[in-house]
Amino acid sequence: MILTFLLVVPIIGAISLIFLPRENKQLINWFAFAVTVVNVVISLHLYLLYDVSSEGYQFTLKIAWIPSLNVYYHIGIDGLSVFLILLTTFLSAIAVISSWTAIDEQVKEYMALMLLLETAVIGVFISLDLFLFYLFWEASLIPMALLIGRWGGKDRIYASIKFILYTMSGSALMLVAAIVVYNFGDGVNPTSDLPTLVAHSHLISEDMQKLLFFAFILAFSVKVPLFPLHTWLPAAHVQAPTAGSIILAGVLLKLGTYSMMRFAIPLFPKAVAFWSPLLVTLAVIGILYGALVALVQDDVKKLVAYSSVAHMGFVVLGIFVMDQNGMMSRQAMSAAVLQMVNHGLSTGMLFFLVGVLYERRHTREFSQYGGIWVKVPVFGSFFILAAFSSVGLPGLNGFVGEFLILMGTFSRNPVAALFATFGIVLAAWYILTAVRKILFGPFNPANNNLTDMNPREIGISLAFIIPCFFIGFFPNTLLKIINPSTESIASLVDTAILIVSK
Amino acid sequence: MTNLIWLVIALPLAGALFNGIFGRRVGYQVVAKVAPTTVFLAFLVGLGGAFETYARHGEAQLVTLWTWAEIGELNIPISFLVDPLSMTMVLVVTGVGFLIHIYATDYMVHHHHGEVHPDRDFARFFAFLNLFIASMLVLVLGDNYLMMFIGWELVGACSYLLIGFWHDRPDDPQAAIEVEGGESVEVAPLLSPAASGMKAFVVNRIGDVGFALGVFLIWTTFGTLQFDQLFSRIASSAEMYRESALHGDFTVISAIALLLFIGAMGKSAQFLLYVWLPDAMAGPTPVSALIHAATMVTAGVYMIVRSNVIYASAPNVSFFVAVVGAFTSFFAATIALVQVDLKRVLAYSTVSQLGYMFMAVGVGAYTAGIFHLVTHAFFKACLFLAAGSVMHALGDVIDIRRMGGLRKKMPHTAMTFYLGGLALAGFPLTAGFFSKDEILAKAFEYSPLLWGIGIVTAGMTAFYTFRAIFLAFEGEPRDQELYDHAHENRLAVTGPLWILAVLAIFGGLLGLPAPVLHELGIDVPHVMENWLHPIIQEVGHHEEHHPSLTTELILLASSGGLAVISILVAYYFYMINRSIPQTLARSTRPLFALLVNKYYIDELYNTVFVEPALTLSNTMSRGIDQTLIDGIVDGSAYGIAELGKYLSQLQSGFISRYALATFIGVLFLVGYFFLLGQFPNWIN
Amino acid sequence: MIGAVPLSYYLLLSAILFTIGAGGVLIRRNAIIILMCVEMMMNAVNLTFVAFSSYLDSATGQIFVFMIMVVAAVEVAVGLALLVELNRHKEAVNIDEFNSLKG
Repeated sequence: MILTFLLVVPIIGAISLIFLPRENKQLINWFAFAVTVVNVVISLHLYLLYDVSSEGYQFTLKIAWIPSLNVYYHIGIDGLSVFLILLTTFLSAIAVISSWTAIDEQVKEYMALMLLLETAVIGVFISLDLFLFYLFWEASLIPMALLIGRWGGKDRIYASIKFILYTMSGSALMLVAAIVVYNFGDGVNPTSDLPTLVAHSHLISEDMQKLLFFAFILAFSVKVPLFPLHTWLPAAHVQAPTAGSIILAGVLLKLGTYSMMRFAIPLFPKAVAFWSPLLVTLAVIGILYGALVALVQDDVKKLVAYSSVAHMGFVVLGIFVMDQNGMMSRQAMSAAVLQMVNHGLSTGMLFFLVGVLYERRHTREFSQYGGIWVKVPVFGSFFILAAFSSVGLPGLNGFVGEFLILMGTFSRNPVAALFATFGIVLAAWYILTAVRKILFGPFNPANNNLTDMNPREIGISLAFIIPCFFIGFFPNTLLKIINPSTESIASLVDTAILIVSK
Repeated sequence: MTNLIWLVIALPLAGALFNGIFGRRVGYQVVAKVAPTTVFLAFLVGLGGAFETYARHGEAQLVTLWTWAEIGELNIPISFLVDPLSMTMVLVVTGVGFLIHIYATDYMVHHHHGEVHPDRDFARFFAFLNLFIASMLVLVLGDNYLMMFIGWELVGACSYLLIGFWHDRPDDPQAAIEVEGGESVEVAPLLSPAASGMKAFVVNRIGDVGFALGVFLIWTTFGTLQFDQLFSRIASSAEMYRESALHGDFTVISAIALLLFIGAMGKSAQFLLYVWLPDAMAGPTPVSALIHAATMVTAGVYMIVRSNVIYASAPNVSFFVAVVGAFTSFFAATIALVQVDLKRVLAYSTVSQLGYMFMAVGVGAYTAGIFHLVTHAFFKACLFLAAGSVMHALGDVIDIRRMGGLRKKMPHTAMTFYLGGLALAGFPLTAGFFSKDEILAKAFEYSPLLWGIGIVTAGMTAFYTFRAIFLAFEGEPRDQELYDHAHENRLAVTGPLWILAVLAIFGGLLGLPAPVLHELGIDVPHVMENWLHPIIQEVGHHEEHHPSLTTELILLASSGGLAVISILVAYYFYMINRSIPQTLARSTRPLFALLVNKYYIDELYNTVFVEPALTLSNTMSRGIDQTLIDGIVDGSAYGIAELGKYLSQLQSGFISRYALATFIGVLFLVGYFFLLGQFPNWIN
Repeated sequence: MIGAVPLSYYLLLSAILFTIGAGGVLIRRNAIIILMCVEMMMNAVNLTFVAFSSYLDSATGQIFVFMIMVVAAVEVAVGLALLVELNRHKEAVNIDEFNSLKG
């Protein structure tokens, strides 16, 4: 029931916004923030109630939704989703509060869309029914596209349409594949219930699984985004308002990698070994390519966007790396889940900080900044911390994910690990270039009127950085919850491989 | 104390947090007290730990705090190792660190006609410096390779922050060096602090890739990162690894050793990856002394000594380490001969001395490596701080061409610089003499060729050290205005200088050449060797063939004698007949220009690595991303739009045409089925 | 009585009427005439229905005719209303003037 609250609270909030007076922006801002905070509290409660010792899904609820079609309202969470839900509610609250001053027009609609987006994303993370999942998956597109298209920058329409078309064309094949899977059902009746489908995945032949897996992965890869399907991301980020970027990078990208682990792998375990080499290769290319391209961007947001391509490459690498016998790496997989959270925090923070600058100077060109650490010491310190988190410095969260992913990868595929590890050199290069161009060097007088962060912004930054440090020091707090879920996914694949090889 | 060893890290960390968060508000005087105090307390805790370790006869003790990560068979705890090696490093880091903190409390303040102006970011400086101490202690206290790697990366980050401390300063153009007859050799401008910091971080990260891969390989092969478990697993078959490596096999242990060494090449500035260290001199001088001379750069040496089982089982890689070390020491010394920047002379000499240390650990003389590490920390910190004292007095001028005769103005600084210089030069009976001699003796046992390189380098070292000393402190002032401005510094500066100078002279007592003295009838212990003995594991059966007493004595005499001769040569060149250097520079002008420009290695790296990478990035960004991929994406969207436009022409808007089309369609359908002779069954 | 005239006559007549109607729809531009032609096509179909109904002795066809007549009445009502509206806007009954849906 508690999960349903997570879904319903933002919707009720969005509807209630309609009745608030349009002129009273203050009230709208506070109300929307209050709604997101309620959700943060609910999700924290969820985390505290989460039973570490038990395996499988928790807080499940299964109600027949369309009984004639065997479609259920089936929700539940496990170690894979619990932190992503926390991340979503947390980033939604931050996105709302960071928009207080940045958004001035049609605040009501903006906040309503933000809340609806939260519902859609949480819906994806808790759905245990293919039909329900698809519904939320597509639903998450609409608010985001509207946010970019209405409150975005100069080329917002282009970016918004590109975003929608890219992701939709990916999803189209998935829908077909989902219908095929649905018709296989449990061998007797068609069904879209995920646990049932997973339990009967052996009914689908290996060749069929390869096809269906491809269709699913294509949709998810666009979202991640995996090289070479990433070009919508820089466009969307550059045009999106700050809060949009935070949610987009922080949460929406995770929908892709999460769904790979939740749906693509368990539904088609026999196909993983076939596609793994390609996915690992693309992930490694993405890591290096994203980093190299980030190096020469002159727009801060573009740089961070390409860094996302590189970072999400690590996640995909961690999920799919396997040795020649098709054994998955538990270490890399668990770390990949952790890395999703890490990337959400560090990149979210970077986007937030870029937004802070943008609000004051209305430009994101590197050439417009330079030497501003002198002027804005607090901002500078947070920016460096965010950069360190992104670059994977120990003590902060990014290191844990990258290190464990690379270590797990190395134990399965040393060549991939070798190339991917060079990504950390390039990461240092481009992030520090950004730091240097913005904060260091002779002071650029164009920033004479720049003011340092206000208490609200400092509060948001602290809210970002404290979890970063916590994960950096005590990653096991998260890992011990994540491990059982990744273990069960990995063993599904291992079993399937054993059967195939027999 | 041992169980509280985490306090060693926690204290400076707390200092860093306090100074970083509240430092601006509480004022610089509070910061100037808090920062050194935390380090001093850490030093006391370290002392306690060291005494307890001594009382345990060097037995190692583990202090585990919490589990960092546990996934499947992987289990990494946050745990510390208290043993002779880690305690040695802790004492050096906190001891020298404390002195440098004291020094910095005055160095980072400018006194102007009785007024006191602390540096704009005084608090930030000490926050970083404290953080560095904490990070370095994580590196040396960690009980597994992950902890070491964590420290390894963190010290790199602190180094980055501290090199770039004066982040708003621009590149520093350098005056050309005049050679005889009005000709001159151009000198490339010095990189700005911000750029230097970044260069240091990125170059170090290249080494870190090697280190990380080494750690991965350890885990993949042995399933553990804990030192004790790993080393006992290797030790059981060390002999086998050693044998097969000696037969030309590249074993997995060799691979691990090589990968870890790549990390050391970055952090400890060895050939190929040393390029960041000279530029790191853009940081404030206490930073150069602490990080880029005494502690961080020796991390690689510490790592190899800690992993001595691995390196002893991989004699092929050890040989490589020794060769790289020897070559680096020689190579860097040649560059140091002609530098005109006092700090850079010291920087290249650091690279060179680190080469010595690697030569030592490469030939298996692990104790000698650590011994030299310790004495080097004393005398090089002393030299850097003295150089900083000069800079401070001259308003940040560091070009020795503008100094001269400073001894009269700054007697303490000059004296301590002399003492440190003597130790660096290996003047008989100083600390540097004993540690360097021990390395050379071990190198001689291993291969006379290595010894040859080492002894030549030792000669050059003595020469360039005293070249710098004579140019800076003796003779006539070359810049009268600067000279008049110069003054001796306060006690906070000269105090640490004197302590370090004394250590630089008497530090040798830690490692007197016991066998030689024994033969001569004097029984003294080799403190360092006895102390570190428990952590060095013997691999392979060396016959204990000590060279004869005569050989030992000749070796001692030759290195000591060479130091004295080189100093005399420097005296002749720079005090008596000063035209000689210029004539030399003129007659060997291409070589001279090559040395002044550091063999053009920076330029080479720029052309071979940096520029192509940037070009590649640009090509990818414009060529692949914007043109190719987006071309396909936007192209397909555009294509569909065009098709739609074309097809939409059918939609003429004339109803009659639509009607006609419908009519024709119906006719076709009817005609088709009529010709087919039967109608589809749904018609019925 | 109906037996006197063979079924094919009715069918032929209705075909002729239908063709005239269809031709009118296709050729004429005047909206009112087109509407009338559509009526004529419908009535041609009605004629077929009635003829078959009598021929097969079944009432179904006649019921259909009533249906069609109702629909035709509705269609004329709506169609004429639209035409009047269009005429007010464009002051024309020529359907070629109404091509704002052109692609």
